[in-house]
Amino acid sequence: MRMAIRRVPLVLLACGSFNPITNQHMRLFELARDHMHSTGLYQVVGGIVSPVSDGYGKQGLVEAKHRIAMAKLALQSSNWVTVDKWESQQPDWTETVVTLRYHYDHVLKEYEQSREKHNNSSGNSTPLSSPTPQLKLLCGADFLNTFKVPGLWRDDHVEEVAGRFGLVCVSRGGLQPERCVHESDTLSRHRHNIYLVREWVRNETSATEVRRALRRGLSVKYLIPDAVIEYIQQHNLYTEDSERRNEGMVLRPLSKQAQQPVKSLDD
Amino acid sequence: MEGQNITRVVLLACGSFNPITNMHLRMFELARDHLEDTGQYRVVKGIISAVGDSYKKKGLIEACHRVEMARLATEKSDWITVDSWESSQSEWLETAKVVRHHYEELLATQQNNDDVDTVKCAKKRRIQEDYIESTSQYKRRDGPQLMLLCGADVLESFGIPNLWKQEDIAEIVGRHGLVCISRCGNDPHKFIHQSDMLWKYRKNIHVVHEWVTNDISATHVRRALRRGRSVRYLLPDSVVYYIQEHSLYSAESEQKNADVVLAPIERYLGASSS
Repeated sequence: MRMAIRRVPLVLLACGSFNPITNQHMRLFELARDHMHSTGLYQVVGGIVSPVSDGYGKQGLVEAKHRIAMAKLALQSSNWVTVDKWESQQPDWTETVVTLRYHYDHVLKEYEQSREKHNNSSGNSTPLSSPTPQLKLLCGADFLNTFKVPGLWRDDHVEEVAGRFGLVCVSRGGLQPERCVHESDTLSRHRHNIYLVREWVRNETSATEVRRALRRGLSVKYLIPDAVIEYIQQHNLYTEDSERRNEGMVLRPLSKQAQQPVKSLDD
Repeated sequence: MEGQNITRVVLLACGSFNPITNMHLRMFELARDHLEDTGQYRVVKGIISAVGDSYKKKGLIEACHRVEMARLATEKSDWITVDSWESSQSEWLETAKVVRHHYEELLATQQNNDDVDTVKCAKKRRIQEDYIESTSQYKRRDGPQLMLLCGADVLESFGIPNLWKQEDIAEIVGRHGLVCISRCGNDPHKFIHQSDMLWKYRKNIHVVHEWVTNDISATHVRRALRRGRSVRYLLPDSVVYYIQEHSLYSAESEQKNADVVLAPIERYLGASSS
């Protein structure tokens, strides 16, 4: 009997400020999907954009309700990527691993429910044994670099993100992501679970640049969807004032980590 | 009310647009922002002019598709338009000829303009004077100006033997103007400095630095398509759908004109050898 390799259903989760969402963010999903499909092992079944909550305290971060609305507008035309507001609605900033766990619970629940439905329906002789779905964190190479910022990540969280879930990291060229993995013992140990996708197009568009252009009254057309541009204009987001928001504040993950006992390197 | 020191500008981009990408569209936006920021210009229109099939570039698909994709891409723009005059010519045309054609059209439109303009009569007089002066090398300040919009690679292609006629370069930069979008890795100022002709007309060459590199080349897009990869968010959605619907850009389409000489090279080599 021939054993067909069943592809693992895969959901990609992108956490970030999305301040605002740009074409580049949406490209990440497209590139990641193509890459994971080409491994022959995965079937990407969904993508989730999870904007960070206002409690993150990053400078220039506009209210979550706007960031969610803009992401929704941007993804209107996508048939597989959606926006989720759970993380943004939490009272305090949520660690990435907590968001991953939350979404994975949902992915599993849905999988169990559809399996039950299939097994209960009449006329099916063979039970569908689709592999258990996975959820991986989708990010850019700059995100990978944050793992080495002191006090930003808990070691056990890095272990869980890389080990239990896995990363799909899209980089815009350069060997930085490989080096990043190489220079971290934890990431190295889980290198088989870290998929590095190279984007050959040199595209330095970033939300920071988009905000800069908006402050200066310059065009951002073709960098972000038209609907998002209209929303920004209607609500007059992204001004010099909005960029000063949270100025001088400590990023929430750093203050939160400082409150907890830090694991020493001797452990 | 606009001061009379502000020159109206129309930007003309010539190229393969094989296919059009968000990068092409960004160039227009960057150019407009840059020119208007100087306080001396008001950009009133952008024109995309796709090259004809007779250009014989490798991988160039039919003009009808390239023009249609450009139309779809600019549907939602209130100032960028597509013109198919160049692409419908049977022979390849030098860029200078295309510039000339569009400039003449521009002048003709101005004469028939029914703008609500309180100085209509004075304007008409000025336009007639401009039209008479159009054969001279004089740079007009009153009438609308046509500028060629391009990347730094096009500027630097002025130096490739047999690709451009010197008198054409002189006409484009001398009588009209150039808006050149450059990014890290290019040094258009150096190139201008090293060319006596360009240096002479340096005031007509506007270099716009693209600080945020957005290198979505059509070559890359075609490659991705050949390999069945997604090009979403690199081009407008409507163009992506069009490409899918018509199954454009395959390994075969990329081989088109593979063993044919590029039209300008053929023309000038033929001319120089005769």
